[in-house]
Amino acid sequence: MGARTWLGEWPMFRQATGPDPLGRGAAVQSPRTQALGPRTADADEVVKSVCPYCAVGCGQNVYVRDGRVTQIEGDPDSPVSRGRLCPKGSASTSLVTSPTRVTTVRYRRPYGTEWEDLDLDTAVDMIADRVIDARRKGWQDTDDDGRVLRRTLGFSSLGGATLDNEENYLIKKLFMALGAIQVENQARI
Amino acid sequence: MAEAHPVGFQWVMEAKKRGATVIHVDPRFTRTSAVADLHVPFRAGADIAFLGGLIHYVLDNELDFREYVTTFTNAAEIVGEDFVDGDVSGLFSGYDPETGRYDPISWQMEGGVYEAPAAGQRDHWEPELREHHAAHAADTGGGAGEAAHAPAAPERDDTLQHPRCVYQVLKRHYARYTPEAVASVCGMSTAQFLEVARAITRNSGRERTTAWVYSVGWTHHTVGAQYIRAAAVLQTLLGNMGRPGGGILALRGHASIQGSTDIPTLYDLLPGYIPMPNAHLHEDLQSFLDADAAKTGFWGHMDAYLVSLLKAWWGDAATPENDFAFDYLPRLTGNHGTYGIVRDQIDKKTFGYFLVGENPAVGHANGKMQRLGLANLEWLVVRDMQMIESASFWKDGPEIETGELRTEDIGTEVFFLPCANHTEKSGTFTNTQRLLQWRREAVHPPGDARSELHFYFHLGRRIREKLAGSTDERDRPLLDLTWDYPTFGVHDEPDPESVLAEINGFDADGNHLSSYTQMKADGSTSGGCWIYTGVYKDGINQADRRKPGSEQDWVAAEWGWAWPANRRTLYNRASADADGKPWSERKAYVWWDSEQGSWTGHDIPDFEATKPPSYRPPEGAQCEDALAGTDAFIMQADGKAWLYAPTGLADGPMPTHYEPVESPVANLLHDQQDNPAREDIDRAWNRLNPAMSETYPYVFLTYRLTEHHTAGGMSRFLGYLSELQPEFFCEVSPALARERGLEHLGWATLISARTAIEARVVVTERMKPLRIGDHVVHQIGLPYHWGSNGLSHGDPANDLLGVVMDPNVHIQESKVATCDIQPGRRPRGPALLEFVESHRRKAGVEPGGTR
Repeated sequence: MGARTWLGEWPMFRQATGPDPLGRGAAVQSPRTQALGPRTADADEVVKSVCPYCAVGCGQNVYVRDGRVTQIEGDPDSPVSRGRLCPKGSASTSLVTSPTRVTTVRYRRPYGTEWEDLDLDTAVDMIADRVIDARRKGWQDTDDDGRVLRRTLGFSSLGGATLDNEENYLIKKLFMALGAIQVENQARI
Repeated sequence: MAEAHPVGFQWVMEAKKRGATVIHVDPRFTRTSAVADLHVPFRAGADIAFLGGLIHYVLDNELDFREYVTTFTNAAEIVGEDFVDGDVSGLFSGYDPETGRYDPISWQMEGGVYEAPAAGQRDHWEPELREHHAAHAADTGGGAGEAAHAPAAPERDDTLQHPRCVYQVLKRHYARYTPEAVASVCGMSTAQFLEVARAITRNSGRERTTAWVYSVGWTHHTVGAQYIRAAAVLQTLLGNMGRPGGGILALRGHASIQGSTDIPTLYDLLPGYIPMPNAHLHEDLQSFLDADAAKTGFWGHMDAYLVSLLKAWWGDAATPENDFAFDYLPRLTGNHGTYGIVRDQIDKKTFGYFLVGENPAVGHANGKMQRLGLANLEWLVVRDMQMIESASFWKDGPEIETGELRTEDIGTEVFFLPCANHTEKSGTFTNTQRLLQWRREAVHPPGDARSELHFYFHLGRRIREKLAGSTDERDRPLLDLTWDYPTFGVHDEPDPESVLAEINGFDADGNHLSSYTQMKADGSTSGGCWIYTGVYKDGINQADRRKPGSEQDWVAAEWGWAWPANRRTLYNRASADADGKPWSERKAYVWWDSEQGSWTGHDIPDFEATKPPSYRPPEGAQCEDALAGTDAFIMQADGKAWLYAPTGLADGPMPTHYEPVESPVANLLHDQQDNPAREDIDRAWNRLNPAMSETYPYVFLTYRLTEHHTAGGMSRFLGYLSELQPEFFCEVSPALARERGLEHLGWATLISARTAIEARVVVTERMKPLRIGDHVVHQIGLPYHWGSNGLSHGDPANDLLGVVMDPNVHIQESKVATCDIQPGRRPRGPALLEFVESHRRKAGVEPGGTR
């Protein structure tokens, strides 16, 4: 390695003599940083999405590599948001990759003091049994005046504003067929 | 708006750049105030006084857009002789102090027949109204329940001079809302009030329009529905509805809270704002429609919308012979809203609970009430991404710390099921402007995480399998349900597009419907939500349209799909005058093209395409045929915007200023202190602070921060957001800090009749003490995002609130209540209970408790 080459790799020298006197670009690059690229550049695909926080409905581009979300950016095509995201929308990569996210079923038995593990299939089956039982216990055919009610007050549901239309539709449809009138969501508060 | 909907706020700034005046009326000085032309500090809970003052200013100075008002509103209609506006009393005719409810019969129009309103309370006052309707129909030769019966038109005075015409009734109602009077109620100067009044009236008319933007600051009140009504009256008088740059814009706070109202996971609605049926003797489909649907206007087709829904749900089992399975729908008997449900949980009258992406232990008013509800259940299913407080209440809730509850005594069986996030499933959100936008699945959900579509589909499938073969009549609706969506992938995920297609609907040949006007009441069409019909037009997912905004005009009609019929501005017929010409070139939006014989413009006209402005309905016309070519408000029975609402509201035909239930001052405008028709829950765990209490002398209000989201489940668990806003705090003025010895960045304890919480103190000029009459009112600001779990912790602000509700929509008054504030941290453990009890004793409030 000649002295000129060695000197040329010294950032201070390049900053003082080159076109980057403030040291914000080429002057301070090393072979390692020169090889770095944005993680959006090597995504396998970019999937169109919508921000999950408030109801403005900003467009999001979801960058995926090896089956994992690597970055979420604002979608410049959206006439709603023109590529912008707020602090929450900008943090949605950390929402979907959160290390504290719970990804297995947790079960607390009556009067229990700790969480336990439970198989998902078993859990859904237990829930189905409890729905059938609560539905019967809370069933009302008529009221005291003989008016037909044909409903149950045995159980209820809360939530929907964070879900998809298709999901809300299935919840309402199933609850109506069960006779369960007590369905509510964030729009009530 | 800059704080809670920052990306939407870019359009306000665009408008400002083009010369718009931005006025911010808010108790707090926020990032919105910082860039507004004018910030008006204001007392929380005084909005109807403020809006009523503006209505008074418009009427007193005859600044209404007269041609718009006479063309499009009910200003000229004559109110019946029986109606009495109590004026100074603040009560209208029909009030029963025994029940605390109104009978609205005396509010009706002269010569008109009761018609179901387009929204709100429909057959709420049964059976009296139905009898009234029947009697009147008999008088006029018609018969109740006869579909052919067309209502008589109310009498009118188009000069607006008749003393009982709506215009004059309104003018008298707001006569006492003078600039001086309302400025005093609101805590602003008369000059400030007049500056706003002049700005909005100058900026309304042919050439200009004014928009009002609100959020839960207007809905979280015992008079919340009337807040919105007051804005509607003002905007209608000024001609700002159905026109570009006008309107009353609700900024909603969740990604699909609009969608979950349209396709309602709400007890009182069916999809598309069809009311849930109430229990009546001998109720069949026809008597339901007679009571709940107007005969004229587009609600005249409620039969087609409802029958199509019943066909979507029960398919071949819904036949003309069985009223299309109308009896399969369960019936209501009053308020089954969320607070009533939680009261019933505490009373052990209801046993199971699904929490789906909602965290009431932090996010709902009166957190103790919420957690007591959870602790009295038999079973609880929580579906979320993070371990939220509503799932772990039995282990680490505040009531465990105080000793009110013991983990070993709580019998609730808890299932925590992880859910998929927004990148792990496909589906539509409906944003705050009614725009449906499809998201595409990017990755598969990890571990046991599943979409709600997966969970509810397979839960329903299992329940149906377990009950298969049942001969019990009550299981028929479940076993006859159409529940056979195609599935894909290793987890048998239901196909969300198949659900969207069902919502859109099909004709008799199985073709996708393209418009709700194709729906029929004879059972030949199906559709799960009539206002969404068209979203799957031609078998194409219209919500997935993504033509870049840069390649479209400013309406951007080819991005996503807006209900109804992809219309971007509702009631836009009103953007043209009676003859169908734009009010001005500058404000042209849709107009009548006489050469083509159709409506046209920048948006899809919200009117029958070929109905000319000159159309007048023939005698006895039904549905939309009964509306004239000038009746822009097509969902209303009379096609008019209602300045006076003869039906639909539980607490009066015109908005009236009442103080919040917990107010530090007396009502300066009326004798009636607070909403006489409000709903209460009288329990030991829901004690209320007395009005004008010396023990609880300060007003507090809750709000959101830019860096957090609602109850924190999607923000307090994230590193960046927790770093940006790491701690619960309260905002107080320097004057209040001096009065109570509070130190900036020190601790404060806030006390109500419910509990006491602690917060870091932020002393800031952003909070201004206000003078109301001879009283100085201090307001305290509280962000409500915190709880005990996640990366950043704090006491939940909502624990400080009690529950008292609006009678129309059963929403709690959480944007204004009272408290005391003291320096230092709150007591721990059982000492906290005694501390709160001692304040209750001092205030003369009954003891608290868990029952």
